[in-house]
Amino acid sequence: MKIEETPLPGIGVRKEFSLASGRRVGVLIHRDGQTELIVSRKDDPDACAASIPLNAEESAALGGMLGGTQLIAQLTAEQRDLPGVSTQQFPIQPGTPFDGKTLGDTAMRTQTSTSVVAILRDNIVLASPRPTDELHAGDVLVIVGTESGLAAAATILAAT
Amino acid sequence: MDETTLTFIQLGIVFFGLGVLGRLAGIIGMSPVPLYLLGGLAFGHGGLISLANITHFGHIASEIGVVLLLLMLGLEYTAKELVTGLRQSWLAGVVDLVLNMLPGAAVALLMGWGVVGALVMAGITYISSSGIIAKVLGDLGRLGNRETPTILAILVIEDLAMAAYLPILTTVLAGVSFMGGLTAVAIALVVITVVLLVALRFGHLVSAVIDSPDRETFLLKLLGAALLVAGVASAMQVSAAVGAFLLGIAISGATAHNATRVLEPLRDLFAAMFFVVFGLNTDPASIPPVLGIAIVLGIVTALTKLGTGWWAARRQGIGKLGRARAGAALIARGEFSIVIAGLAVAANAVPKELAALATTYVLLMAVFGPIAARYVEPAARFFMRQPAVAAEESL
Repeated sequence: MKIEETPLPGIGVRKEFSLASGRRVGVLIHRDGQTELIVSRKDDPDACAASIPLNAEESAALGGMLGGTQLIAQLTAEQRDLPGVSTQQFPIQPGTPFDGKTLGDTAMRTQTSTSVVAILRDNIVLASPRPTDELHAGDVLVIVGTESGLAAAATILAAT
Repeated sequence: MDETTLTFIQLGIVFFGLGVLGRLAGIIGMSPVPLYLLGGLAFGHGGLISLANITHFGHIASEIGVVLLLLMLGLEYTAKELVTGLRQSWLAGVVDLVLNMLPGAAVALLMGWGVVGALVMAGITYISSSGIIAKVLGDLGRLGNRETPTILAILVIEDLAMAAYLPILTTVLAGVSFMGGLTAVAIALVVITVVLLVALRFGHLVSAVIDSPDRETFLLKLLGAALLVAGVASAMQVSAAVGAFLLGIAISGATAHNATRVLEPLRDLFAAMFFVVFGLNTDPASIPPVLGIAIVLGIVTALTKLGTGWWAARRQGIGKLGRARAGAALIARGEFSIVIAGLAVAANAVPKELAALATTYVLLMAVFGPIAARYVEPAARFFMRQPAVAAEESL
């Protein structure tokens, strides 16, 4: 994927790429840090159909959603040939005992035989986390396992 | 009532009136500059109300306004952006310069205002209003458009061209010989090269001298430096405005960005005063005789900017609608045309009609520019027989 970066003197910088359909999607980053999501028009590829201002939290959420979906889609596709194994996402709720604890503290693998294959934090995917990695409220764990294993994992993470 | 009391009341009337006018401009989505000029015309010689007591304050405030306008013009683009712009879009810059300086110069020569008048009018019709254009592009949601970098590149080159033009203008206005003029051109080019080099290599040093973590001391140092440089430049016969402009270019990086934010309210205040004073010194009765010329000049220079934008955008592989948008966006003239006219009037080097023509021309172009930018797309679609697609369908 080729991301095109265009400096806009006096305004900021535009980063964008072309989709397979020919549309342009990208962000406009103003000098003061304000970010806008831009999407080109269908009938006039030079113009923007929408430019939507996003604050830091909103862009992180959007990035997380897109990054997360991509990972899950990839994992699901990879496990299509493995009957009985599926992937699920579990959020670390604020106020759970695991906020601030390490992944090892959940004892997920020993108790449920499932594996945590990634942690989604802000808009970053931490792939193959180690048992010593810390968890924080707001993280999303991507867990691979059997149906019953995933149910057990849900019970552990829902504990208060 | 004593002097001070009267001055307060008159200043109060002026600023409050400008505030109301500015708000009005904001509601109908236009630049406040033409309304400030109209306000000045209404208050001035032969106008509705006489404001004799603020002449002294108005004079110095408008001088500070010019210094701040040009300091912020210099701050707008970094030295790196200027050099990159020059390297990548110099040809578009030359086309812009030739197409848009010629009509102004031609009118001045036809009116018999001589070479000095021609140089002044050339500058007035050449320089687009980066302030109006940046705001219009933002308001219309066109910052993400593909033609926008082309528009900005032309504005960057105009900014750089001002760095060479202003010193030349001020020397010519001071009334020097042909050889003296050539020397001035040479000195101007050397000075701007040195300033750019300093800004690129040692910009952080200039910034470090002025920068301060505290907003209050930062503002004082910044304003102090600007007025000092302006004063020294003025003493060296280069014009205060040029000095401030070059200082703006030399300040770089985060300091430049912070400086813009700190100076904005001050600039708005003093620049408003500058436009009012310019309007004050223009006799409203001198406008009707030049109205016809101003309209013709406006139409011609709207077409030349349209052509410039169209040509530059086509070179970047932009479609026809985008080319039309780029051209129309460039039409607006504003604050800097008035600054140039103001320098000429202050030097007593041009006839009164030139000031009247400049005022009328900017009044027209500052109003018409944003309107053209907004409605060029439906107009272009109509001519190209390509119907507009509803917003939902275009998504």
